[in-house]
Amino acid sequence: MQNESTPEIPLAADGRPLEQSLQRALRAQKIRAFLLVVPLLVFVLITFLAPIADMLYRAVDNRIVSETLPRTVEALSDWEESENEPPEEDVFIALYYDLFFAAENKIHTRLGSRLNYQETGMSSLFRRTGRRVDRFDTDELTDAFIDFDPRWEDPTHWITLSEHPEFANQLPETAGVWDDWTQLLIAEEDELSEEEPEDLIYFALYRDLNNIGQPVALMDNWSETVSAAQSFEPVSLREQFADADEDWLLPSVWGTIKRFSPTITDGYLLNAVDMQKTADGIEAQPESRQIYGLLFGRTLFMSLVITISSILLAYPISYFLTSLPMRKANLLLILVLLPFWTSLLVRTSAWKVLLQQQGVINDLLVWVGLVDDANRLVMMNNQTGTIIAMTHILLPFMILPMYSVMRTIPPSYVRAAKSLGATNWTAFWRVYFPQSVPGIGAGSILVFIMAIGYYITPAIVGGTEGIFISNRIAYHISSSLNWGLASALGGILLLAVVILYWLYDKFVGIDNLKLG
Amino acid sequence: MSEAQDDQFVVFDSVQKSYDGRNLVVKNLNLDIAKGEFLTMLGPSGSGKTTCLMMLAGFETATHGEIKLGGQAINNIPPYKRGIGMVFQNYALFPHMTVGENLAFPLEVRKIGKADREQKVKRALSMVQMDDFMHRRPAQLSGGQQQRIALARALVFEPELVLMDEPLGALDKQLREHMQYEIKHLHEQLGITVVYVTHDQSEALTMSDRVAVFDDGIIQQLATPEELYERPTNSFVAQFIGENNRLMGTVSTIDGDQAVVKLDNGAETSALAVNCGAAGERTLLSIRPERVQLAHEAKQNVTQAKVLELIYLGDHIRCRMDVHGDTNFIAKIPNAPESHRVAVGETIDVGWPADDCRALDVRSA
Ligand SMILES: Nc1ncnc2c1ncn2[C@@H]1O[C@H](COP(=O)(O)OP(=O)(O)OP(=O)(O)O)[C@@H](O)[C@H]1O
Ligand SMILES: [Mg+2]
Repeated sequence: MQNESTPEIPLAADGRPLEQSLQRALRAQKIRAFLLVVPLLVFVLITFLAPIADMLYRAVDNRIVSETLPRTVEALSDWEESENEPPEEDVFIALYYDLFFAAENKIHTRLGSRLNYQETGMSSLFRRTGRRVDRFDTDELTDAFIDFDPRWEDPTHWITLSEHPEFANQLPETAGVWDDWTQLLIAEEDELSEEEPEDLIYFALYRDLNNIGQPVALMDNWSETVSAAQSFEPVSLREQFADADEDWLLPSVWGTIKRFSPTITDGYLLNAVDMQKTADGIEAQPESRQIYGLLFGRTLFMSLVITISSILLAYPISYFLTSLPMRKANLLLILVLLPFWTSLLVRTSAWKVLLQQQGVINDLLVWVGLVDDANRLVMMNNQTGTIIAMTHILLPFMILPMYSVMRTIPPSYVRAAKSLGATNWTAFWRVYFPQSVPGIGAGSILVFIMAIGYYITPAIVGGTEGIFISNRIAYHISSSLNWGLASALGGILLLAVVILYWLYDKFVGIDNLKLG
Repeated sequence: MSEAQDDQFVVFDSVQKSYDGRNLVVKNLNLDIAKGEFLTMLGPSGSGKTTCLMMLAGFETATHGEIKLGGQAINNIPPYKRGIGMVFQNYALFPHMTVGENLAFPLEVRKIGKADREQKVKRALSMVQMDDFMHRRPAQLSGGQQQRIALARALVFEPELVLMDEPLGALDKQLREHMQYEIKHLHEQLGITVVYVTHDQSEALTMSDRVAVFDDGIIQQLATPEELYERPTNSFVAQFIGENNRLMGTVSTIDGDQAVVKLDNGAETSALAVNCGAAGERTLLSIRPERVQLAHEAKQNVTQAKVLELIYLGDHIRCRMDVHGDTNFIAKIPNAPESHRVAVGETIDVGWPADDCRALDVRSA
């Protein structure tokens, strides 16, 4: 018998273990069910998860530095900021090449803005230097080469040189620059043989010829060329850069470049929590620039206040609605949803009309005499305004889940409690309320998560005191164009929501959540 | 408490109830319930049983009339002060509390000490044989188990009066019968007063001391189960409780409690005048199938009947025949050696004693 060892496993009619054949039977069903879900899954993945993943990646993405300044980043690896000296000449040379091509491609300003997020002044430094970099005094070397042999002026002469099999071996720097040069021309759809080589190619050649060990004749008249080049007057790029902008001699500028040269950075995330990366490691931002902690705290605190005031308002309303016959309750629910019929902007602006100092509420209070005309209440452009308007706007999201949960609580529970001797209050608190908690939980999570990310209403009625972190995110996305920081802030917000979710699950239980 | 009050532990005094201000759901209810009694309210759906119970428990107020408990009017006493135990149709066990917490709830709100509480909860649980289920949630119990917990919860604070609204409605037949026995047993053991609502007549008959048959907001008859079955006082009760054969006719003469009724096919039969009005009025004759006499047993009111159908039921045989033009006339023939055997298509004599043929009112419906 094949099943001697495990006689207790029940067998199906065909002799297989029952469990196995059950699984086989269910598999087809599962696959079919899964196929039905696939379109939705793909849709969600593409339109929802992918953008979020992309956003989260932007918060740490820092490829721009090493892609724009590849040679500089490499050359800087031997330099330490702690020595408090600007780097050696070879770093300036690398920067010269990199910056030249970046300027040609017009991406040096982008790099400048990127680095400006970390240290102010970087943007103008790059912009200014970018303008100057093709007018450096390296043309002296160009002229020297051409004086020595006018053929160097001819692009075809260069092409011939570059086609020599030993070109890259003998003249590595020249070969690297030449490569980038040809690519630049291809991208600009120019003819290589018609464009006069730029100064930096002559400069690279000059450098290579001065560093050459065992020269191999790459062209005719080669050894003369080598010895001539070795007698040319050198050009100090360090001086050239310093000439373009003195800041290039500051170690801190180079420190910033070096610190932010890896392709992945924690710089945005640190900024998002009011920290920064300095030469001495990670430090808090100066007091005056610490705003995100305050904004996060305020956003969380105000969202909490909004959630609590929504609960306080929505609970009696929902309770009242459940005590009504279905028809009336449905009618009133439509009224609850009425605000959705007008645009969010209109509703928020309506609050502006109500809350401003010359607004309806103040007029009314003054007229009644509760408030003196001189001391009209300030209810707008501060936190009060944001809390009032947002509570109103988010209230339906609290009422709906609460109501749907309360509807399903049979009146017999409260009756049972009373028949067992509980007063109205005890019956409510011990029996009714615990059963309505899933509704409160669902409503709170909805309202809180929506509040935490709200930005139109705070922007309109919040003033400076009442704005949320989202307003800052919006600013970085559309005004300062610092998407990395915006993403980092968004990522932290997401993290906060996930943590809250987790806390909720831990203390209330996610299966206690009833959204309808 | 005096003896007189013991007979009138619960009193409904001309109680009326209307929900909408147009229709009376309970019409002029007068009912005395004695201490220690097991009284059942029996009636079809919508007859107002739950409403009566709710008024007694305090969840509905009577539109008119007075309800007294232990000699005291309770119309204005809130439910939680009435001290009435209640078992709801859907049990209403608090889903967020364990069984133990459910049972402790009425004790807690009465501020009974922890030690005392635990002891009482244990006692109540063992009373319904559910000792091991203290820490379960109601959702983890079967229907029958939930029912027992609901019962224990209604009893744990030792109320003198317990109301049960169709507590066994959701159980299967076997479990229902078992629970009927247990409830009855607890009633006897604890000496409590029980008002029990059901629409299952056999449940009412087996459990109750007295049964109040409800229809249309009125008590049609209030009597012991035996009385109710043997001597229904109106056609509704006769039809609602047990099986009966109905013959329509007109009263010819009445002499004391004896009446002669002229049936619609012209034949005459003698009957017991229970609720039939004066001579010349229409009446409905009710004869229990097991009181119909066949062949040579038939002595009184003998007539010819054609056997239409026989159904073998083991302990007896149901015999459907045509009697006085009624083709649904049923006789029960006991499955005994001395019983008369009949065959389908045969014509035999049938008859019934005048005392078993009750002349009742004709309901317009
Ligand atoms: N809250 C209410 N509002 C209006 N009418 C009601 C209400 N409760 C009950 N009724 C009506 O009162 C009548 C009696 O209802 P009740 O619940 O007392 O019947 P019941 O005898 O318990 O029936 P069942 O056996 O189906 O439980 C019904 O016609 C019902 O429609
Ligand atoms: Mg009912």
